[in-house]
Amino acid sequence: MSASDDKRNLGQVFMNGILNENPTFRLVLGTCPTLATTTSAMNGFGMGLSVTFVLVCSNIVISLLRKFIPDKVRIPSFIVVIAAFVTILQLLLHAYVPSLYESLGIFLPLIVVNCIILARAEAFASKNPVVSSAVDGFGMGLGFTAALTLIGCVRELLGSGSIFGFQILGDAYEPMLIFVLASGGFLTYGLLLGIINAITNHRKLMKLEKGEN
Amino acid sequence: MSLILSSAPHIRTAKTTSRLMGNVLIALLPCAAAGIYYFGLRAALVLAVSTVSAVLAEFIWQKLSRKPITISDLSAAVTGLLIGLTVTPTAPWWMVMIGSFFAVIVVKQLFGGIGDNFLNPALAARAVLLASWPARMTSHPAVGFANVDAVTSATPLTTGAGIGDLLLGNVPGAIGETCKIAILLGLVYLLVSGTISWRISVVTIASAFLFNWALSGSLNDSLVAILSGGLLFGAVYMATDYATSPMQAGSQYFYAILIGVLTIIIRKFGVYPEGVTYAILLANITAPLLDRFIPQKVYGIPSIRKEEKKA
Amino acid sequence: MTMNVLLFFVSCVLTNNFIFSRFLGCCPFLGVSSKVSTAVSMGLAVTFVMTIASLVCYVVYNWILVPLGLTFMSTIAFILVIAALVQFVEMFLKKSSPSLYSALGIYLPLITTNCAVLGVATLNMNNGYSMIQSVLNGTFSAIGFLLAITLMAGVRERLESSKIPQCMKGFPITLVSAGLMAMAFMGFNGIV
Repeated sequence: MSASDDKRNLGQVFMNGILNENPTFRLVLGTCPTLATTTSAMNGFGMGLSVTFVLVCSNIVISLLRKFIPDKVRIPSFIVVIAAFVTILQLLLHAYVPSLYESLGIFLPLIVVNCIILARAEAFASKNPVVSSAVDGFGMGLGFTAALTLIGCVRELLGSGSIFGFQILGDAYEPMLIFVLASGGFLTYGLLLGIINAITNHRKLMKLEKGEN
Repeated sequence: MSLILSSAPHIRTAKTTSRLMGNVLIALLPCAAAGIYYFGLRAALVLAVSTVSAVLAEFIWQKLSRKPITISDLSAAVTGLLIGLTVTPTAPWWMVMIGSFFAVIVVKQLFGGIGDNFLNPALAARAVLLASWPARMTSHPAVGFANVDAVTSATPLTTGAGIGDLLLGNVPGAIGETCKIAILLGLVYLLVSGTISWRISVVTIASAFLFNWALSGSLNDSLVAILSGGLLFGAVYMATDYATSPMQAGSQYFYAILIGVLTIIIRKFGVYPEGVTYAILLANITAPLLDRFIPQKVYGIPSIRKEEKKA
Repeated sequence: MTMNVLLFFVSCVLTNNFIFSRFLGCCPFLGVSSKVSTAVSMGLAVTFVMTIASLVCYVVYNWILVPLGLTFMSTIAFILVIAALVQFVEMFLKKSSPSLYSALGIYLPLITTNCAVLGVATLNMNNGYSMIQSVLNGTFSAIGFLLAITLMAGVRERLESSKIPQCMKGFPITLVSAGLMAMAFMGFNGIV
């Protein structure tokens, strides 16, 4: 019984990051990389995976060390762990995926200060066992990746007429350049957030009406 | 329902708004007429598309969000016509339409509708179009009825034209901005009908003139500067927008000077040939702070403005 | 010289504004901009920390990491420096200037994870700035942040009484406003 409970809990922990507490669309954390790296679907996807890597690793290590880290210095300790994994990621990408390393630019080292990672360390990994911390990191990371890829797709489609570099809209479409500019990032993120809110509000209302009937 | 069901605007205020907006439409007629005279049927089509799609956008939004339909207050029509007048006569219909929809839905309705937007919707739309299709927005056809598509040339900001041509509007440019006499006629009507006060438009033009004079040292150059491009059009019809300009008289001076100075700075040093669009948008952004922090010395805000604020 | 500094100032504050064109420091920009007074305090606190962080990170990088051949450790070193610095500034202010501490105090811990601070240190390193350039870049970029967050707060205070649709309230409308403001700032393109 406890095993099946655990399984269900892990499933919940995993889905939590993707839907209910999606870092981008529900918690609105880590806005800087979200805005800066979503000029194309590929960049958003790459940024998402990079954050997922760091998030899973740091959650595992922090969960392992949770009984040894003194409460007073826990935040600096978390930051050091996170920074160490970001440095490893930087070296790996530089060596094996230089194109992504170039296009993420300054936002690669800045993963250190991505609020999602520190927030998960503080709110989850420092209080939970290793396996569920890893699952939490994975779910949150994938939720972030999905959101960034979605924003990237919208911006790339409207701003360059393609998705993941494949031309989708024909030659007749004249790309609306503003979507790949800075202001287009803010606008796309804000409008998508509004649409998602409208959908969830609508669903809640439907549920409420059903309940009443 | 998640959306706010706000009560219908009071009849009195709705009437006031439609009277004011009607006045602006009347004041825009000379510009529209001059644009059609110089640029032909093509310009008339652009104006029709922009106006109709702005009204349509407002109607669709209010229908979908189950709000009272307020297209009869004419504000959407004014926004649409302004967009048409600030684009080039060769603008394709889809571009004008996107501009109108963006202005009404994103810049105005998402912020709560008339009076709640912090940027001038028509200008924000123009900035979006300028950022999205820079080549289409900045190549203007030469004046004339035939072969509008054939020739494109730079605006007088980059070529230099005689004062007479500038006044009459016998120069390339956006549909409504070229004929300065028509704009001045509109200004006179707006002042006489009490729709706007002289303060913002006159101070904007004067500060642009003086700042340009200080930079170039040439009176003639400064005269050409205020008669070229969209400065006059922006100062009369855009900068004076009730919702997006400061409310207090003292702040209005600062606001107007900011527009005049920024216009010249962007023209002289920036990548864009015309600066008035961005100058007014930037001033719109500072308006709430200006109203808050500029000490108020001058009193006597026109009564219309207060009524508008209540709406 | 003066002209160069002025141009650098305009570039950092207007043309390459940290928020509107570089997306650095967006979290506090969106999170702490609902009131003008708090926005100004946050902006000043960031200006203070970014200036000192630029200087200290320059020293750490060029005088310690480069001689030791540990430049790949820069991210870890910078974030430690910034965290320690923020801690130190907090303690220092608490003792020396209680009034300033009460104004800026609650924002200081937030600044450690403000990507504008780590961002400016990394940019200084990537661009190979000299010590003076680094400090100026830190101060001027932070003033750009201060300008952006203050303007945003002014707009948001105005929006408080607006009839914004339910689904757009909060972050969505703030992001759309920021997008429109970034669009207006495009007017400064090419000035420097």
